Amino acid sequence: MTLALDAALFWLFALLACGSALAVVISQNVVRMAFWLVLSLGAVAALFFLLHADFLGATQLLIYVGGTVVLLVFGVMLTATGPYVQIRTSPAEGIVGAGLGGLLLLVLCYSAVGIDWGPVTDRLPGDVPAVTQSSADPRAQSGATGRALGLAFLGIRTEGLAVRADAVGVRTDAWQGSHPPGYLLPFEIVSVHLLVVLIGAAYLARAKRRVESDG
Amino acid sequence: MNHLWAAISLQEFFTRWDISPDWALVLAAVVHAALLIGLFGALPLFYIWLERKVAGRIQDRLGPTRVGGRFGWLQTLADGLKLIQKEDLAPKTADRWLFNLAPFLAVVASFAAFMVLPFADGWVAISLDAGVFLILALMSLEVLGIILAGYSSGSKWALFGAMREAAQMVSYEIPMALCVLVPLVAAGTLNFREIVLLQSGSVLNWLIFHDPFTFLAFFTYFTVATASVKRAPFDLAEAESELVAGFHTEYSGLRWSFFFMAEYASMFAVSGIASLLFLGGWHTGLPFVDQAIQGLRGWGMNQLVEGFSVGTYVSNLIGATIFTVKACLLVFVQIWVRWTLPRLRIDQVMTTCLKYLVPISCVLFLGAVLWPLVLATAARQTTWTAPLGRMLSLETTAPERPVAAAPGVSVSLAPAPETHP
Repeated sequence: MTLALDAALFWLFALLACGSALAVVISQNVVRMAFWLVLSLGAVAALFFLLHADFLGATQLLIYVGGTVVLLVFGVMLTATGPYVQIRTSPAEGIVGAGLGGLLLLVLCYSAVGIDWGPVTDRLPGDVPAVTQSSADPRAQSGATGRALGLAFLGIRTEGLAVRADAVGVRTDAWQGSHPPGYLLPFEIVSVHLLVVLIGAAYLARAKRRVESDG
Repeated sequence: MNHLWAAISLQEFFTRWDISPDWALVLAAVVHAALLIGLFGALPLFYIWLERKVAGRIQDRLGPTRVGGRFGWLQTLADGLKLIQKEDLAPKTADRWLFNLAPFLAVVASFAAFMVLPFADGWVAISLDAGVFLILALMSLEVLGIILAGYSSGSKWALFGAMREAAQMVSYEIPMALCVLVPLVAAGTLNFREIVLLQSGSVLNWLIFHDPFTFLAFFTYFTVATASVKRAPFDLAEAESELVAGFHTEYSGLRWSFFFMAEYASMFAVSGIASLLFLGGWHTGLPFVDQAIQGLRGWGMNQLVEGFSVGTYVSNLIGATIFTVKACLLVFVQIWVRWTLPRLRIDQVMTTCLKYLVPISCVLFLGAVLWPLVLATAARQTTWTAPLGRMLSLETTAPERPVAAAPGVSVSLAPAPETHP
């Protein structure tokens, strides 16, 4: 894919993400908000795909669009008293929200402009090798972030390894070389933490009901 | 974009006609999308006819017989024409805007799954390393269209249907993901193509026969998949005897038929995933037939671009046919089940999931993870390095590997290595 098409797709999805994010703020019907949120999150997932982060894009779709928004709508349906839930914000809330949002925007813009992107763009996987490689060998071209992510969990970084090295050579290198930190343990700790939060939430919801039945 | 390799070879083909590479890629993408949309429209036509025919036969009737000649095979098309002419109604209480949008959301989500589904070695719109993960993510989006449809209808029947659907989907996603993980653990990859290439050779190389856990996981997956596409006996979202028609009570005409397109296309998608993960995908399971089909690949001249030859095309066509037939057989089983078993109650559906299917799939997953370890201990040979070495060698799959390449099998088929003297 050349730069022009890349840029056109980027602008399309970026505008979609920003526009529907704005619509989430402006809209007052909760379920319509959820729909705009789906569009916004989906467009962000498309941006991830555009950056070759296929695993991250799929995760974005699964967790945020397929999980969080569905739960949000589900929650609204279970708790709504009227037919369509409207949310009206008071002017004070609007001012506070706008202030916080503006500050966040300022920080993001500052860091985006302040960072020297030179070394980062050098490291990016260019499009040129992917297209010029023989199209008959699909393996060389399939997006491969999942493999690298999985290995990084185990503490094996593939960035420095020779891609086409002999299998045995690579393995011994990885075992005998210095061990970069693995992320499996932190990941597990975070997921257990989430499980604890879930169980805690379930317990709180149960406890309230038990008190009511007792009293 | 490197995961669009099928599109890129098509793009190369188009660039020979003096078009800029950008437009060639857009054109290639349009070709892929048009082919898939054609399939997406044709499959429900066939399945709805099949459903009516099978239902008729099971109930000792004939089913459709007149339209289109002998077997009534044009019946669905006639129904479709009728639906297009119907008035597009919306209730007064409906949230008009969401009500009109919801069917499209369901259809788009269901269609998106087709883009990751490989039909043959090379016939896939988007080939990703995380393909299985992405298809699960895309299929979880369909429920959103259904919930929004039920909610925005402004009708209590539709709302009840949507709430049931939401509860059912959110619960059944867990055992579904766990069951999909079982063959993935055996295969060691999330890429559909690599998983299928791993299953080449005889039927015994299919992942369903890889170990006892994948065998059981196939049946669990199929049950869960039937529930996740809300087919009977799990079709509580549209339980006609209780909820009129559930979430699509208020819909009519073409919008109503979109829900059915999405449902039948999703049936094909989950059956396709089952046949790719467990049943060898586009392989017949007969080594000599597969070799003959594979042999066709080299045949014929390359048409302008490397890999575009008549032989490759024919070979892929046969592969896609085999894959589609396998998926259609599984869809037939789903139809058969629908007209045989009575519908469960909603509490029974949730009990089936949370008290039976989730624990079963957890046990299967644990068993599948421990299986290579058990085999390795039994054979007194450590195979710790085998999967890691395969992961590291970015030379991905070797289809010519004699046995399925998971760590366990190479051990299990090795005739008990001589114990150390």
